[in-house]
Amino acid sequence: MRRFILQRLLQGVVLVVMVATIVFFLGRLTGNPADMILPEDASEEDRQEMIKTLGLDGPLHVQFFIFMKNALQGDLGLSIRYRQPASEIFFSRLPNTLKLVPVAMLIAILMAIPLGILSALRRGSITDRVSGTIAVLGIATPNFWLGILLIYIFSVQLGWLPSARMGGFSHYVLPTITLGTFLVAGFMRLIRSSMLEILDSEFVKLARIKGLSEWVVVWKHCLRNALIPVLTLWGVFMGGLVTGAIVTETVFAWPGIGRLTYEAVIFRDFPLLQAVIIMDAVLVLFINLLVDILYAYIDPRIRFS
Amino acid sequence: MRQLPWVSLGIILAMVFVAVFAPVLTAHSPINQTLSDKLIPPFWEDGGTTKYILGTDIFGRDVLTRMFYGARVSLIVTALALLVGGGIGLLIGIVSGYVGGRLDSVLMRFVDAAIAFPAILFALLLAVTMGQGLRTLIIAISVLLWAGFARVVRGEVLALKQRDFVALAKVHGCSPARIMATHILPNVLNTFMVLVTLHVGIVIVAEASLSFLGAGIPPPTPSWGLMVAEGRGKIASAWWLSLIPGIAITLVVLAFNLFGDWLRDRLDPKLRQL
Repeated sequence: MRRFILQRLLQGVVLVVMVATIVFFLGRLTGNPADMILPEDASEEDRQEMIKTLGLDGPLHVQFFIFMKNALQGDLGLSIRYRQPASEIFFSRLPNTLKLVPVAMLIAILMAIPLGILSALRRGSITDRVSGTIAVLGIATPNFWLGILLIYIFSVQLGWLPSARMGGFSHYVLPTITLGTFLVAGFMRLIRSSMLEILDSEFVKLARIKGLSEWVVVWKHCLRNALIPVLTLWGVFMGGLVTGAIVTETVFAWPGIGRLTYEAVIFRDFPLLQAVIIMDAVLVLFINLLVDILYAYIDPRIRFS
Repeated sequence: MRQLPWVSLGIILAMVFVAVFAPVLTAHSPINQTLSDKLIPPFWEDGGTTKYILGTDIFGRDVLTRMFYGARVSLIVTALALLVGGGIGLLIGIVSGYVGGRLDSVLMRFVDAAIAFPAILFALLLAVTMGQGLRTLIIAISVLLWAGFARVVRGEVLALKQRDFVALAKVHGCSPARIMATHILPNVLNTFMVLVTLHVGIVIVAEASLSFLGAGIPPPTPSWGLMVAEGRGKIASAWWLSLIPGIAITLVVLAFNLFGDWLRDRLDPKLRQL
């Protein structure tokens, strides 16, 4: 088990270095980063000055070395828009995202597991059909539009819920639904299809023959196995989750790292974007590592192979 | 066998139709502004007129016209991105699966890495460094697609290369390149076609999301995602600006997904796990 974790950790580190390398070279290949930082009407003297302070006058490999060294020390450059170290801004926004995303995920999981199981147990029933339709719609509806639709219905028309920014409980309702819908739909479909397969397997038949109650069979024997595909396909969900967080925070003016990413894009704040992407990569890989550990815990075949 | 999904097919064909015949179907320009006619609601609302069936935006541009031209952008981006991203995935999947060995494990490491890393971040980075535009968008979405294609195609190839006809081709002295091109490739095309259809919805949403985030096709070219974004600030007074293009995205993605499911059941039921 320890070897497994170490191996995954090492892969994660390699991937972060790859991401940082790509970010570095994309920034250099497409022009001088000094031009992205300076205003368009800057004088040539200012430009040379900036190139010097940023260490951009040296050969590329030296620049890369400096960039990596600084990055390792947590120095990811200054944001153009905020005139502050990019990593500081990132960490000041991170808690807000951590208040939103786990809540949305928890709701998604709490909804998807019972619905998925119920649809599989009562295949073809009304519950199955309704949740099937919701899943298909949930996957087809883009997050950003769902958020706007919810704002239109619940904030503009009914006036029940706030449409933007952080605050009390009511501020969480619309963003978590917006972010959670995509996950609910995906999880539910996966849990249903794997439940159907498992309910048909030998060990479930054996459990039933042994006279175990249906409750124990479903929740203990089946669920654990039904969750495996959710973890296997985690990468796909992670991609959706990051996109979802960026879009949802943008729609609801939620001051987290998703919204920060959007700001970095629309203000063309390259140092900030670069920092956000590298930090996001670290965060994503950390979460993937946790999922891998969970995976190994649920499925002993992974642990011992 | 499930019946052909007529409704889905109808929606898809309607989208292709309005995209192709946009200039014939509407007298308005998707770009020119008519400020005197700004923010007119759809014709069934108070103040609406049949001159602008789905109303106008803040610059007085006809929403329906922009929807037609937006369908064009969606389809062009989708077709090109699937061709490039799917094509690269197909190629890597075939080579990786057929050649095997060290090359296979290296390539699959890259696939794992690409799947573990959220492609949206890369897409946003590209938009900022390379500038917005069709080329950037195609590259960005291809990066999102190739790994999934490569992984599935590779799995298929691993099974194919054990088959007798491949062994026979080898005995006949076919080179590996020739075997891959003439014996393996035609046999994975079914799977490839199913993957393409199943990914159309994903690409349309990806394009719309990037446009929404200011990293897609730059304005004033109409794109459905951009239209949703532009109408967002006016949601309280002019709901049609955001909601109508969003309905179109959802319907089209739904149609492509249902059609993809049908095609998969028809051509390649093994892929049902996807």
